[in-house]
Amino acid sequence: MTIERFPVEAGHVLMFARAIGDPNPVYADPGYAAGTELGGVIAPPTFVEAGAHFDPDYPLRPRPGEPWFGSGREPSGTAAGRGDGAGLHAEQRYEYHRPVRVGDVLSASTRPGRTWEKVGRRAGRLTFTETVTEYHDEHGDLVVTATSVSVRTERPVDPEVG
Amino acid sequence: MVLGVGDVAVGDQREAILVDGLTRTQIVQYAGASGDFNPLHTDESFATGAAGYPAVFAHGMLTMGIGGRLITDWVGDGRLVRFSARFVRQVWPGDTLFGVATVEAVRSDGRGAYVDVSLVIRNQHHLVVLEGTSTARMDARPSARWGWCQGDVGPRCS
Repeated sequence: MTIERFPVEAGHVLMFARAIGDPNPVYADPGYAAGTELGGVIAPPTFVEAGAHFDPDYPLRPRPGEPWFGSGREPSGTAAGRGDGAGLHAEQRYEYHRPVRVGDVLSASTRPGRTWEKVGRRAGRLTFTETVTEYHDEHGDLVVTATSVSVRTERPVDPEVG
Repeated sequence: MVLGVGDVAVGDQREAILVDGLTRTQIVQYAGASGDFNPLHTDESFATGAAGYPAVFAHGMLTMGIGGRLITDWVGDGRLVRFSARFVRQVWPGDTLFGVATVEAVRSDGRGAYVDVSLVIRNQHHLVVLEGTSTARMDARPSARWGWCQGDVGPRCS
């Protein structure tokens, strides 16, 4: 994955903070944020995920005129099946070199990390794959290093309740 | 609010109900804001009829985002240097999530003072859905409350 330009916009940060249910004004109110040690609106810790909107090749976004694996006339618009072919998200790690601020223009590049296997009780053989994404600002300074671990399972994971 | 050395001790905890009955609408909100439109999370027909799950389920990153607040409300805004989470179980519509944050360490090195805070999120069945760790930068100022200072941790300690 490569994101050339990920502008961190006030409205986007506001919507993201609402989606995670965090009413902290430091994510939404420039007047409040100006009076803090940060001096301006910042983004919540997991906001860089929203860079997916700016990844031209992001596979989990429908594109006009192209088949989409979600439902329409049928439960799936493609023969692809389960929809977790890219793996379920097992783990996420962030290292913050500074807070992400409204007004930043980030870029991101991804490199593969480690891969390993284990046998799980609820979903059969599990294959874990690590992906490391570095987010730089417009000056080339590193802002966030994100490591995502995805797991591919043999079968859907049992819900296991109670 | 920003933590200073002396404001917290190992074992201190904060807990909260993070979400009371997660709605499909909040999952949809997260899909829109994050850009992750995987229909497993937002499309009941796909999740049940094509993917074989009992329902849609939340993005792991939604649970991590919801839980992050318990830490940032405590350590202060923009203070995190690390935040990690393991997604142990899926989170389903209707789930209520309880979070517990615990101070695991308070430490300082040549560059500053830090607090390590763990995060455990459980559902209404008391099953762990997320296990997290974090590190945040603290102020090295002498604490007004305790009136002492770890002398080697910063300029304000002189």
